[in-house]
Amino acid sequence: MAIRIIEENCTGCAVCVRACPFSAIKMENDKAVILDNCTLCGSCADACKFDAIDFQAERGTGMGDLSSYRDVWVFAEQKDGVIDSAAFELLGVGRHLADQLGQDLAAILIGNKVRPLAQQLIAYGADKVYWLDHADLERFNDELYADNLSHLIERYRPNIVLLAATVYGRSLGPRVAARIGTGLTADCTGLEIEADTRNLMQTRPAFGGNLMATIICPDHRPQMATVRPRVMKPLEPDSERSGRILRQQAQLKQDLKTRVLQVVEEAGEIVNLLEADIIVSGGRGLGDPKNFALIEELAQTLGGAVGASRAAVDAGWIPYSHQVGQTGKTVGPKVYFACGISGAVQHLAGMSSSDIIVAINKDPDAPIFKVATYGIVGDVLEILPLITKEFKKALGK
Amino acid sequence: MNIIVCIKQVPATNDVKINKDTNTLVRDEAQSVINPFDTYAVEEGVRLKEATGGKVTVISMGIPKVADILKECIAVGADEGILLSDRAFAGADTLATSAALAAGINKIGQYDIIICGKQAIDGDTGQVGPGLAERLGIPHITCIRKIEEIKEGYIRAQRMTDFGYEVIECSLPAVITVVKEINEPRLPSIKGMMKAKKAVIPVWTADDIGADKDKIGLRGSPTKVIKTFTPEININTEIIDGTPEEQAHKLVEKLLQLQIKVPV
Repeated sequence: MAIRIIEENCTGCAVCVRACPFSAIKMENDKAVILDNCTLCGSCADACKFDAIDFQAERGTGMGDLSSYRDVWVFAEQKDGVIDSAAFELLGVGRHLADQLGQDLAAILIGNKVRPLAQQLIAYGADKVYWLDHADLERFNDELYADNLSHLIERYRPNIVLLAATVYGRSLGPRVAARIGTGLTADCTGLEIEADTRNLMQTRPAFGGNLMATIICPDHRPQMATVRPRVMKPLEPDSERSGRILRQQAQLKQDLKTRVLQVVEEAGEIVNLLEADIIVSGGRGLGDPKNFALIEELAQTLGGAVGASRAAVDAGWIPYSHQVGQTGKTVGPKVYFACGISGAVQHLAGMSSSDIIVAINKDPDAPIFKVATYGIVGDVLEILPLITKEFKKALGK
Repeated sequence: MNIIVCIKQVPATNDVKINKDTNTLVRDEAQSVINPFDTYAVEEGVRLKEATGGKVTVISMGIPKVADILKECIAVGADEGILLSDRAFAGADTLATSAALAAGINKIGQYDIIICGKQAIDGDTGQVGPGLAERLGIPHITCIRKIEEIKEGYIRAQRMTDFGYEVIECSLPAVITVVKEINEPRLPSIKGMMKAKKAVIPVWTADDIGADKDKIGLRGSPTKVIKTFTPEININTEIIDGTPEEQAHKLVEKLLQLQIKVPV
């Protein structure tokens, strides 16, 4: 084991017990004992004031010389010839990182007849666009996209590769990272360059947003991350910006193992939760599934989307596709209305990055009020129609 | 059909509390459960077995105590459980975890389909499933909400996307990850509980599965946590008082000042 307690130095102060993020140390006869669930994070050794914890991080050797890896890459997800707004956000944060490193920002554009999109990526901050075009690449396909992105990474050796933490990005990223044999940090909400080491510091929520962790990938390249949509800010597009568009040979194969047969968009009936500027969500406090009509009416008035808490979904009041929270969708609208939602940590994890949160709940102690910008303590069934009415009046609807 | 289900032990999240002084989780070892998403994976595996015949093997990497959770899977219909447990696995990130699972699954040998939950609720990464598929050199499909058809060497399924869903066909063997919508997990039966009680869970070490020590545990993990902290939350909540009419009026006035564009 790479960690052990040096008993003669241990004073039994138990500082290490408190420092352990995993409850993996206990005190036995006034000496610390490391338990099985230790993850070798080293927090205890840092905390011990008596040199009583011998910790040797037996880290792997990594990839050796990393200096030849250059540039910040952004995978520019597109669908039906439209770039996902998250790609522009990646270019925004990517530009900042590239400038700090004094390296180029490149966008990876894969699709069919998507050449016109390249200029848009440059306007949003890319210095270069690696562009792959083929009929077979029209739609996202895990296998083909993984082959092509991996191939480009192996050929050009980027320093950093960012993908949006969308369903596709979170499927493609780990596949490519495993093929390259490098690290990948999921669903980041903060990215910075560390001044001394020039490593990418990747900050992400864990445990349903209860804890934030900052993660580095010191000995492997590229440093890969998926980035939570609607957290980073895109740059103002500048159509005068210039950049290079570099066409790449697509890697194709005949014997594909996976094929997308049909694409069904369900967003037509409901405004997409992930893209909506306004979300009105309902929870168990609505009391009855039919009261979701009040939620829908406000959402419709504001051109927003309908969300729901897990409790409302579990009760069968509304389909799972509306669920916001740790086990549902993570959203970040400009305004989020939480109506009759108490605010379990799992729900907060999915919506707390919203710009403005309005909470309506009859319980003044409900946790939702801790994250709310505006709180109304009262009966949601009474107040919600009044709010809708006020908006209708103000908006002339 | 030989079905393998990968599961993870996670802290029972309702009990997660943060020690504000040390910014660490207050976790009681006793309060650990199977990752909720993995219960759908186990259920789907058992349903596939019931429909097509075969065997469900549940595998996990973790501390010795995880054997109890593997037994719970047997109680709801799995045939056997295998635990990968060794100090050499400790400190694994998602890449190293997928390497260990791949080595364990290669030792099991025969499989048609490997089912994982969409993500674990402690790390929330969702990276092990696709990473595992890559290590095994087989395709994967994430976020499956319905299996439409499955037969020898073939699966057709609905994958949830950010916009709706897509129907994907894929050759087997493959790794799939499943979302909550796919099924409703059953409760253990009396017979199942009896079987679970008697079950012996084999524990395989890194040597047992011939794992490359440079690819597992801390050594095999490119990523490293350098800091943890409690997120700051907005505490300047403005409570709007008054009669319901006044509350509604004041709120709407404040929100209109933000000048958010409302689609017409």
